[in-house]
Amino acid sequence: MSRAAAIGRRRGFSHALGELLRAFNTNVTSWIGLGIFLTIVLLAILAPVLAPYDPLEQNIVARLKGPSEQFWFGTDVYGRDILSRLLYGARVSLIIGTTATLIAMVVGSAIGILSGYVGGRVDLAIMQLMDVLMSFPTLIMGLMIVAVLGASMGNLIFAIALTAIAPFARIARAPTIAIKQRDYIEACRALGYSDLRIMAVHILPNVMAEIMVMGSLWLATSIRVEASLSFIGLGLKPPTPSWGGMVREGFEVILDNAWLSIFPSLAILLIIFALNMLGDGLRDAVDPKLRGGE
Amino acid sequence: MIRYIVKRLVFAIPTLLAVLTLVFVLVRIVPGDPAQTILGDQASQEALQALRQRLGVDKPIFDQYVDFIKGALVGNWGESLVTGRPVLAEVWAVLPYTVDLTVAAILLGALIGIPLGTWSALHRNEAIDYATRVISLLGLSFPAFVSGILLLLAFAIELRWFPVISAGKLDDPVERLRNLTLPAINLGIIMAAYVTRVTRSSMLEVLGEDYIRTARAKGVPDRAVIWRHSLRNALIPVVTVVGLYLGILIGNSVLTEIVFNRPGLGKLIVGALNQRDYTMLQGLMVVYAFLIVAVNLITDLTYGFIDPRVKHG
Repeated sequence: MSRAAAIGRRRGFSHALGELLRAFNTNVTSWIGLGIFLTIVLLAILAPVLAPYDPLEQNIVARLKGPSEQFWFGTDVYGRDILSRLLYGARVSLIIGTTATLIAMVVGSAIGILSGYVGGRVDLAIMQLMDVLMSFPTLIMGLMIVAVLGASMGNLIFAIALTAIAPFARIARAPTIAIKQRDYIEACRALGYSDLRIMAVHILPNVMAEIMVMGSLWLATSIRVEASLSFIGLGLKPPTPSWGGMVREGFEVILDNAWLSIFPSLAILLIIFALNMLGDGLRDAVDPKLRGGE
Repeated sequence: MIRYIVKRLVFAIPTLLAVLTLVFVLVRIVPGDPAQTILGDQASQEALQALRQRLGVDKPIFDQYVDFIKGALVGNWGESLVTGRPVLAEVWAVLPYTVDLTVAAILLGALIGIPLGTWSALHRNEAIDYATRVISLLGLSFPAFVSGILLLLAFAIELRWFPVISAGKLDDPVERLRNLTLPAINLGIIMAAYVTRVTRSSMLEVLGEDYIRTARAKGVPDRAVIWRHSLRNALIPVVTVVGLYLGILIGNSVLTEIVFNRPGLGKLIVGALNQRDYTMLQGLMVVYAFLIVAVNLITDLTYGFIDPRVKHG
């Protein structure tokens, strides 16, 4: 391996990691956001241990009870414990949100890097397609897809991922165009490396930081879209608890039983706010334009 | 300027076709027979065939596509399977509600967001700046149905200042305003959060420009530097961003209309979903397609109008 190529590669990986770490340390809100998010993840994982009741168990005697020592967050129309349902519901939000975001991240970045690397007409056509995909409001497109395909976990993930591919393609493409003109990429080509190898080993690490920041922000959006779809009635079918679905159930009896919709609402707000704090702090630190301005 | 407008108009045509194609693809990705999906397993062969004909899905896919695009372009956006009324008529009936809400939300967003963003930028890294940044981040973290429910609980159910159901008649101005207030605040504060952030970062960028330093060095009073030299230039990206966030506004208005039980485009979509009214859904998507392209066009034109560099570039 030539020296230039080796340096480019090594700097690539450590560079991306270092940039993220430095970003973290410059911003307290990122830490707070990460802390809250990881706590929610932990609570979701430990749901079977922590939940005081079975989230699906109906208890007609104890229906619509307000918050009490026995039921911390009260019970719903079927007498199910809200706290237990919240803990299990976190799993649904997290699984759908993270899977959709990861798929969009991988597919979108691949499209973006390829498009930027190949350039020319192919690039133009791909980016035009991405612009059209992006012009459609996320929620409306998600709603349409789930409406025609039916509400299942797979379809929800597919719908949300599809709406998030274009932004990742865009964010990965811009730095790719700048990087492909650097000397070390030229060196790689001279050495006869395949295009695939150059893209995966020498370009990808250099756009990783931006993609990760975008990922944390889109995770917030994915979770919001999933919750919104569930609230509209396009979420997972009952009795599976999901936060958006719980708000919907609570909203039907909101006049007399406000807590039913308040607790899941606050849970949704908390996780989105945490992820936005995380992503926003990271973006400020990673974005060279903003960094220059600070 | 005329040349610029014509050029933009011509560019909008392929975009419109592309967005319409996307709508067509989205509607057709459903595997299997749409007639079967709508009528269910119990339907007779005759009923299925009749519906297929009515939907036009008995033709080859390419013919369907051509019919769809043609229809969309001449304003034939299909009719509701349930009511039999043209989609356009249904949309027309709720349009005043949607326009009221959208305009009020954008106005509120600008009235709160622009001064707050400017103030925050002028006090950069002071306590007030940090507070504004955290609050605006919180604001844009709200899913519209969460903020809507909290507003509804506080101001309609607890305090009883506003109606719980905002579906009043439009001819009484007081009633109209009372019905509009909570939904508009709900959409407006989320909009304000976005506008605040964009104004702040745009203002910071402008304040760092050479011409601002020059103006200050020449002894131009602070007030004039802020108003005449900075804010006017800083608002250019804000206009674009308002256009870009229209997508978020559209999504949020669907949720807001559900929470406040207010008629509008979003309510139509949800109604069509519940009644499995697929032609209505498709027609509404066409409406959105036109709306999106129109807003992009207007944003582009406004941009060219405010900033001469764009027009000649």
